[in-house]
Amino acid sequence: MIDGLNNLIEWVISILTPIGITEPVFQFMLVAALLGLSIYLTLHTGMFSLANAGFMAIGAYVSVILTQEFDQPLWVGILGGMIAAGIIAIPIGLPVLRLRDIYLAIATIGFSEVVRIILLNFDDIVSTVLTSLEGERVRFRLLNGGRGIRPIPKLTETWMLVLFLIAVMFMLDRLARSRLGRAMVAIRQDEKAAANMGINVVYVKTMAFVLGAVLAGAAGGFNAHLKGIITPADFDFTLIVDILAYAVLGGTTIWVGPVVGALVLRAMPEILRDLNQYRGVFNGLVLLLVIIYIPNGLINPAGWKRVWNRYFRRREPATQIIAESE
Amino acid sequence: MLELINVSRHFGGLQALLDVNMVVPMGKVVGLIGPNGAGKTTLINNISGLDHPSSGTIRFLGHDISRAAPHRITRLGIARTYQNIRLFGESTAHVNLLIAQHGQGRASFLEALTFFPRYLNEEKRLKARADDILAQFGLSHVAHTQAANLSYGDQRRLEMARARAINPRLLLLDEPTAGMNPTETRELGEQILRMRDDGLTILVIEHDMSLIHQVCDLVYVLNFGQIIAHGTPAEIKNDPVVIEAYLGREDD
Repeated sequence: MIDGLNNLIEWVISILTPIGITEPVFQFMLVAALLGLSIYLTLHTGMFSLANAGFMAIGAYVSVILTQEFDQPLWVGILGGMIAAGIIAIPIGLPVLRLRDIYLAIATIGFSEVVRIILLNFDDIVSTVLTSLEGERVRFRLLNGGRGIRPIPKLTETWMLVLFLIAVMFMLDRLARSRLGRAMVAIRQDEKAAANMGINVVYVKTMAFVLGAVLAGAAGGFNAHLKGIITPADFDFTLIVDILAYAVLGGTTIWVGPVVGALVLRAMPEILRDLNQYRGVFNGLVLLLVIIYIPNGLINPAGWKRVWNRYFRRREPATQIIAESE
Repeated sequence: MLELINVSRHFGGLQALLDVNMVVPMGKVVGLIGPNGAGKTTLINNISGLDHPSSGTIRFLGHDISRAAPHRITRLGIARTYQNIRLFGESTAHVNLLIAQHGQGRASFLEALTFFPRYLNEEKRLKARADDILAQFGLSHVAHTQAANLSYGDQRRLEMARARAINPRLLLLDEPTAGMNPTETRELGEQILRMRDDGLTILVIEHDMSLIHQVCDLVYVLNFGQIIAHGTPAEIKNDPVVIEAYLGREDD
């Protein structure tokens, strides 16, 4: 079965290569799609949380330590990264999710930065603690601070990403048809009314936050074993902005949105590589146009209908409408 | 059934409710009237758990719900509507009713994921019930329209249908006739009486005295956060204290 999938992937890539999408590009597109889905879960529940970069970092470092220091297979590493991100999400989520809108965004950006800075100084912190405990100078080396961990063997294969992404999309589709998914939609629209419907708002919000963290952790684990190197700087504010852009471009009404957003934003710079340094401008331009004209994202039937009605529908002269109504 | 004992609520220096004592007996329709700003909505918010009293006790079927979370209160059997409509506007009327039945479902997400029989049966049951209630409130033709795109009257009806779908024992209606004409008000009154005959207890906040006369067994009058009178609609209508609260006193 995996052979068949591999042949299919090979065939797809052979078609995409002429427009600039080679296998590595395709792999990073799939990771981006996972990240888009991780932020989808919180945005879909009405929480403007930007903690995904922090959880991705946790997933990446935990999985790499498991595969490199403990010689575990890749799947154990990824699973470990997901579990670690999910467990850390619970104590972070419970207090932080009382915040709303921009305040939640600021608090969660803060969390991502705290994770990054702890990773940067982790070895020094542990060395200091060990030195004071042992009474003699101890040098602890694990994460290598700013230089990061390298080289990491490239264990992630395209078929793993494809299978994982399909499984996640299937789960999110089932979620949308379950009580939990409907509760998320209700909370996004009116939190108080949702509570009066018998929905445990704190539980559902925490659930969405934790599931989002688990997905970001998985994306981090796969990504680390693709790039071959991870440094704390990979998980800074630019990553947060990138992930948010996937969701903004695709929309968060259904899970297809952020997947499409991520694939498009990741593929476009490669397709437009002849534009050299102007590629970024093009990405920004597309984002701006979508925000202005289709504010709820590309994958959003109601929004398209509105755009169609406003700009393209043949308008009947006002006098004619009055004549008809009389 | 529902009992309020010395319930007070103040926001800083503003006394919104002061020592409110009230009893809503099982199977009755109780009216709550009072001038604007008397604290009627605050009272409903306190019962439904969106707000909590500063002091005093609210008891429902023997449970103390003064400090309970709103979803717990709903699951004990209290549902409400809002003075200014609060539907889930992006969702269809049908989905609004599915959301309302959240507390009646038992199937977990894992069961939904694996197409477990309990989930499938439950989903079928919830959807059938949503269709039933839509039909009961004359909303079948708009079942798959987004709630925000419904007409005002349909939105009001959907809000009541949504509260009904929660399958409550006590229904709190916050000014259900706001913006309705006399014919619609009368129809709504008949709907309320039908729900009472189905065994529901109802507490209704209302300005429209014709509706109060049509449906209420018992009326409480609230003014400046205090209950100033209670009795049958006929008694209330002629109570000098109530007339004074609404119309003011004549200067001699």
